[in-house]
Amino acid sequence: MSSLLTRARGSASTLVFLLPMLLVFGLFSWWPIVRSVIMSVQQTNLVTDPEFVGLDNFRAVLEDPLLATAVQNTLWFALLALVFGYPVPLILAVIMSDVRRAKGLYSLLAYLPVVIPPAVAVLLWRFFYDAEPTGVFNSILGKVGLGPVPWLEDPAWAMPSLVIEATWAAAGGTVIIYLAALVSVPPEQYDAAEVDGAGVLGKVWHVTLPHLRGIMLITLILQIIGTAQVFLEPYLFTDGGPNNSTLTVLLLVYRYAFQNTTGGDYGKATALSLMLAVALALLSLVYFRLTRRWSE
Amino acid sequence: MRNHRRRGLTALATIASLASVSVLAAACGSDGDDSESDGKVKITVEGWRPGDEQGTIDAVNKLADEFMKDNPDIVVEPVEWEWSAETFSTQLAGDTLPTTFRVPFTDTKGLAERQQIADVTEYVNELPYAEEFNPSVLAAATGTDGKIYGLPTDVYGVGLHYNRDLFEEAGLDPDAPPTTWDEVREDADAIAEATGQAGYVQMSANNTGGWMLTTLTYTLGGRLQSEDGTTASVDNPATAEGLQMLHDMRWEDDSMGKNTNFEWGTINEAFAAGKIGMYMSGSDVYNALVTTNQVDPDSYGLAVLPLSDSPDAGVLGGGSVAAVSAKASDEEQSAAVLWNDFYREKKNYDPAAAEADAKVLAESDQPIGTPTLPIFDEPTWQGVQDAIAPYVNVPQDQMSSFREGIFDQSLVPEPASHTQELYAILDAVVQKVLTDENADIAALLADAQSQAQALLDS
Repeated sequence: MSSLLTRARGSASTLVFLLPMLLVFGLFSWWPIVRSVIMSVQQTNLVTDPEFVGLDNFRAVLEDPLLATAVQNTLWFALLALVFGYPVPLILAVIMSDVRRAKGLYSLLAYLPVVIPPAVAVLLWRFFYDAEPTGVFNSILGKVGLGPVPWLEDPAWAMPSLVIEATWAAAGGTVIIYLAALVSVPPEQYDAAEVDGAGVLGKVWHVTLPHLRGIMLITLILQIIGTAQVFLEPYLFTDGGPNNSTLTVLLLVYRYAFQNTTGGDYGKATALSLMLAVALALLSLVYFRLTRRWSE
Repeated sequence: MRNHRRRGLTALATIASLASVSVLAAACGSDGDDSESDGKVKITVEGWRPGDEQGTIDAVNKLADEFMKDNPDIVVEPVEWEWSAETFSTQLAGDTLPTTFRVPFTDTKGLAERQQIADVTEYVNELPYAEEFNPSVLAAATGTDGKIYGLPTDVYGVGLHYNRDLFEEAGLDPDAPPTTWDEVREDADAIAEATGQAGYVQMSANNTGGWMLTTLTYTLGGRLQSEDGTTASVDNPATAEGLQMLHDMRWEDDSMGKNTNFEWGTINEAFAAGKIGMYMSGSDVYNALVTTNQVDPDSYGLAVLPLSDSPDAGVLGGGSVAAVSAKASDEEQSAAVLWNDFYREKKNYDPAAAEADAKVLAESDQPIGTPTLPIFDEPTWQGVQDAIAPYVNVPQDQMSSFREGIFDQSLVPEPASHTQELYAILDAVVQKVLTDENADIAALLADAQSQAQALLDS
């Protein structure tokens, strides 16, 4: 009886301890999610009573000619970010883990971009990306006889330009994760590889990469989820231009909800958000199914 | 002892969680309790923009005190606010919108239709000048239901702003700005050639590309929508001609610079920095160029836009409406209209009020005498201009082309229906022409036409 009482009291105090967290999470994370599910089947101006419209919002989004553009652009961004952005932190980490002196300095340099507020970084890079021959990057390229490049001013160049900045901004965080994982590689395995006649690349291929496999799989799916939700770069650099060549899915969500003011279409915005969330959840599920064996 | 400590911890946790609940409750609760217990009506009003200097804030507060002396039943609290399409609806829903604020002409009808601003017809009709508004201006504050949703308080026409220094450097006469689009093109080319700066630049982003393409179309005699806002006419010869001109200036003359992604704020910034020879914007933009961008007044020039020979050629006009939140009570609506009359409208009508206002502005070094257009009839406007004449501190001589020419031009309102959405569609067209040398203008316009018509049909 008394132990039951203690246990009940124990779980009561657990609940009390949890309560602030539950409240904050419930109010600021879960309640908005529930609300957006409700909103996606409503027409509302946030003042008068919302009207139930069934699946109209989803239909309207799917019929929007800009949706295909946005999905294509997002996939293009994700692909470019994968090709350029995914190997860069890995290479940096492998090189840095081999450096013997001033290790801290390199970590600091790699991590510094992550510390700069993203909006500030974008404004800075906008300045670098000036399309005139006198722009920062273009004058550097000019010195070696290249350019000028129309960085953000050309539909074909705009997206790669965004990816370069995004890679610069995000690589540091991933480098730190890899560095931490690299510490766990037993040094005697490198010695053994060396005895077996492996060169630097051989050691990386046969020792380092197998050890990082689990981490690499996680960072890959995190990167895919992150790039599928890219918003800041296209919003601040180009506002989706030129000619919608950098319009991404999340920027389209933002446009539905806010850009047309008076047309503030929260129904369509939440409908598209939900579709994106479901697509990403399914993708993650399939990904983990497919790679389950490999990551063990 | 253990139990004791645990009880103490439990109590502590309880207090902590209760505290967090109350903090949350306070954070989520609205402080919008506008009716005071002493029977006074309390309203919050748009006072100053973010970043305004203390002088501006003091001036508004002083006027609010004066107003409250005359209207002891009303408490006015000026707050920092600036119109932003992005945050309007959420502010309204979250009770953080002032009771009254200014909205661009383009958004008034949509907000009215969505019942996000209040019908204030009966209060506006009580004002002494209710019958004397310029009908086309009042139309901008009138909903599709014929009711009045605010006071139109300032009207602009689009003008051609130019940098006199760059004109001189290029060997052009800064007192003889271009009067045809061909001359604009020639002068832009000369400026780019001689100075290395962009000769002519046009806004292209954040719906301003559509705004300015509409302006260009009007000057060439075209329209983008039927007057009743039911039929789109985006694919018309004037728009095609305008886009072709932009294309040729960008790609054949190379006189528009390499950077094309500009909107209202960034183009002002670049112009004030001496990087732009000419650009189109509202006639009142000089105020922002001075207070935000510190433009050198000596280098500034303002001309009327060149109009083609077409009988339909005109200049795009716009402005702001002082509207009232849809959530305001009847008493608050009435008080808000009274305040707008006192603070914003009377000075457009009553020379004495205009002079008093100019005096306050002069004390805090705010620009006075920037060209505006009549909200009432022209004699009323002239009377106001005469009253503020002693306080004028802007270089009006350098604006003479506009000041003298604007009254000979017909002012054409912005497209009536789904204006901002239409502008968003046109943004993409302008961007394509400015960033792709091989852009197919006819195909772009045909595509934009079908999108714009679908918008009107929805």
